Amino acid sequence: MEWEVVIGLEVHVQLATQSKIFSGASTAFGAEPNTQACAVDLAMPGTLPVPNEEAFRFAVMFGLAMNAEIGKRSVFERKNYFYPDLPKGYQTTQLEQPIVGAGQIEIHLEDGSSKTVRLHHAHLEEDAGKSLHEDFHGMSGIDLNRAGTPLIEIVSEPDMRSAAEAVAYLKKIHSIVTYLGISDGDMSQGSLRCDANVSVRLKGEEELGTRTEIKNLNSFRFIEKAIKVEAQRQIDLIEDGGKVTQETRLYDADKNETRSMRSKEVANDYRYFPCPDLLPVVLTDDYVEQIRSELPELPDAKCARFEKDYGLSAYDADQLTQERATADYFEQVAAKSGEPKLAANWVMGELAALLNREEKSIADSPVSAEHLAGLIARIKDNTISSKIAKQVFEAMANGDGDADTVIEAKGLKQVSDTGAIEKMVDDVIAASTSQVENYRNADPDKRPKMMGFFVGQIMKASKGQANPQMINKILKEKLDALL
Amino acid sequence: MHQLTIAEIIRGLRDKQFSSVEITSHLLERIQELDNQFNSFITVTGDQAIKEAAAADARLAQGDAPALCGVPIAHKDIFCTNGVRTSCGSKMLDNFVPPYDATVVDNFQQAGAVSLGKTNMDEFAMGSSNESSFYGAVKNPWNVERIPGGSSGGSAAAVAALLVPGTTATDTGGSIRQPAAMTGTTGLKPTYGRVSRWGMIAFASSLDQGGPITRTAEDAALMLSVMASPDKKDSTCLDRPTQDYTANLNDSIKGLKIGVPSEYFGEGLDSEVGARVQEALKDYEKLGAELVEISLPHSKLAVPAYYVIAPAEASANLSRFDGVRYGYRCENPADLRDLYMRSRGEGFGEEVKRRILVGSYALSAGYYDAYYNKAQQVRRLIKQDFVDAFDKVDVIMGPTAPNPAFKLGEKNADPVAMYLEDIYTIATNLAGLPGMSIPCGFAHGLPVGLQIIGNYLDEARMLNVAHQFQQASDWHQKTAPAAE
Repeated sequence: MEWEVVIGLEVHVQLATQSKIFSGASTAFGAEPNTQACAVDLAMPGTLPVPNEEAFRFAVMFGLAMNAEIGKRSVFERKNYFYPDLPKGYQTTQLEQPIVGAGQIEIHLEDGSSKTVRLHHAHLEEDAGKSLHEDFHGMSGIDLNRAGTPLIEIVSEPDMRSAAEAVAYLKKIHSIVTYLGISDGDMSQGSLRCDANVSVRLKGEEELGTRTEIKNLNSFRFIEKAIKVEAQRQIDLIEDGGKVTQETRLYDADKNETRSMRSKEVANDYRYFPCPDLLPVVLTDDYVEQIRSELPELPDAKCARFEKDYGLSAYDADQLTQERATADYFEQVAAKSGEPKLAANWVMGELAALLNREEKSIADSPVSAEHLAGLIARIKDNTISSKIAKQVFEAMANGDGDADTVIEAKGLKQVSDTGAIEKMVDDVIAASTSQVENYRNADPDKRPKMMGFFVGQIMKASKGQANPQMINKILKEKLDALL
Repeated sequence: MHQLTIAEIIRGLRDKQFSSVEITSHLLERIQELDNQFNSFITVTGDQAIKEAAAADARLAQGDAPALCGVPIAHKDIFCTNGVRTSCGSKMLDNFVPPYDATVVDNFQQAGAVSLGKTNMDEFAMGSSNESSFYGAVKNPWNVERIPGGSSGGSAAAVAALLVPGTTATDTGGSIRQPAAMTGTTGLKPTYGRVSRWGMIAFASSLDQGGPITRTAEDAALMLSVMASPDKKDSTCLDRPTQDYTANLNDSIKGLKIGVPSEYFGEGLDSEVGARVQEALKDYEKLGAELVEISLPHSKLAVPAYYVIAPAEASANLSRFDGVRYGYRCENPADLRDLYMRSRGEGFGEEVKRRILVGSYALSAGYYDAYYNKAQQVRRLIKQDFVDAFDKVDVIMGPTAPNPAFKLGEKNADPVAMYLEDIYTIATNLAGLPGMSIPCGFAHGLPVGLQIIGNYLDEARMLNVAHQFQQASDWHQKTAPAAE
């Protein structure tokens, strides 16, 4: 039997507004508990919500980037449930009339293929606070700093067919929201969180299987693993004659398994109704068009431009445009060095390795785009070889200054002086009598290969600084003269 | 001095006949002496009032006094007052001291008014008799065995007992107008959105509206001029500048078209109350107004629609009272569920719990369309009735309440009978229209209220219409025996 996995994602993205969606309190992450919760966030009696216009602007930007319908009239509703980190006893959210309607995006898979994923809708809502269960000796602490942070919840259609597709979709969402600058997209801080609806069915089957919802996945890796392990669980269950129960499950990363979260509880009745404290928000066409005209270049467009303008491969262009910060960095290096291909290789190669090693984002890169461009310029003008360039790069990463400073200080300048190189060639030839003898007696076809030994020796003697093209030229002349 | 109206106090203070400290002290003494009969105050802020009065006297002496400088008032205990306990008539908030002022409270402070304290009310403004207060029932100064109306019973009784010339109040289904009618005072519920709801503890957000209770229409105009302001902190507050509601008081009402809805004079109306209202309408004719019979065909649906919508909104509005962050928390909760169940079970009174249950039911899956959605449809029909009527008339008049004040305890066992006390006032809340009640005589020895319903934002005209009546009558000057 061949099984097919069907996945739909609900992605929560924290919007990077200065203040909360219905109050003036700051949304900055990491403050002392309850220092960024005002009377409105605490749901003190008599307080009222006032919508943050920026949150609407951000949501409209997102909708336009997703090629989606924009809700010209959106309505906030109250979703009623009791929980200590939900101060009002209801969450203000959108249900019937969301700000963003149906849309669609292209996702790019690692095998180079593309696929369209449909957006069901996206709505604005407020985040809840956090319950802290450690350090309170049998009690729970409540931190309401996050309460009222604006979120968009992005609900896809069940269009994904593998964990890899789900990850590609999520990366695309991540890429779009960071490109738009409407979220920092920082998954480790919960700025982007994901619930996955997973079901399985026999290939060719029309009807969807019973789904489970895996809650609160907060890294690309966990999402991939959780979906895989949950799909397998469902397949095993069905093949053993069991049935999938519709339920919410949690992914345990340590055990790499999902487990039921609310099996005993009855389904919640949230008693949604329109929030009478907030009027319907009506957007004019002019408002939407103004936002459309101010949209930044989005990843797909940027990728196409990189291929065309910089002559990059489709793969390189895609890699470089997944994150706006990377794309911006690359463009700066390319512009300042005048060498887009070298720039692409360095950004995806040495720089990516460095950032990975030091667990830093490109925004905090120890090597600035300017410094990297300076380095590439020195490769291009033969001041240094590519090999020495790696040494210079490490030095720049350690804060030793720009490429020229490092080259100067460490004396790494490539030797291109004919006399100096001739002397090194002569010395090596003189010291390698048996190899010279072999060279002379060798078949002419094999001689070019044999030159490698001499080049290596000369490079060693020059500490890597001799110009390789010149070595090759002079060496060949001198060896041929001995024939 | 306690018989003075706000307009007279303003003149007296400016003419230096007395100081704000003098009148404030006098009224505080009266409250001390008399209010144990009425229970109209929950909290009296005497020391603070004297300080405010002294500050007002200083400003009066300097000649830069704002509109209500030195005028004593009191706030319904639903308006949050910075540093002063705001209970909303509930055990749930018996320990609650807000760190902020309601916009209404702030507006009166800016205008120089002196607050004597916080008046009693039905718990969370849910009631028509002021018997559901955690702080005990309020008694009607006209007959202390009878209710003063509700939910702003304390605000109305305090004015009727001449303890304070004007109070703030709120009206969700009649809670300003019905107690005004029961106590022979003048009460005005403005157009929905004219007065900010910031800091006014919510009962039913789409219906709640603050307004004044006073002894005269002129005083109501003076208070409303201060109360009504735009407010960025309330998204539903209308973006309209403040205005001087006294400007049109003396306009002639010759040719005024008064709509008289036949539905407001049918079954259930006490015949004596009906007779007083008819006499008042005749008085209006004498003043040059024209009576036009109109129909508000969906009137009988107002009470049922209201008792779906208001509890539905209340069920969510009152969820924040969970014992977690402020207010009443039960002792030694065993776990989270126990904390919720007992804090709310012990903190709320019976009527509040009844409405939370009704509202939760009306919103629950499977019933939403049949109740909440249907009630919203009815609400639109009721609103349309009024829109059609105001095509033909300038104001609408009828009784404020079907009966005069009933006896304490009389309707406690029958919530529906209690709800029907608001039968004539509820429709204006559903429609968002302004409504007023002014005294128009006595039935069975108790005050009767004439209701004036105006078109949207037509408060100035309503006040003019009420003032003209009060210029030609003296019902509003009758004093409750217990206030003597």
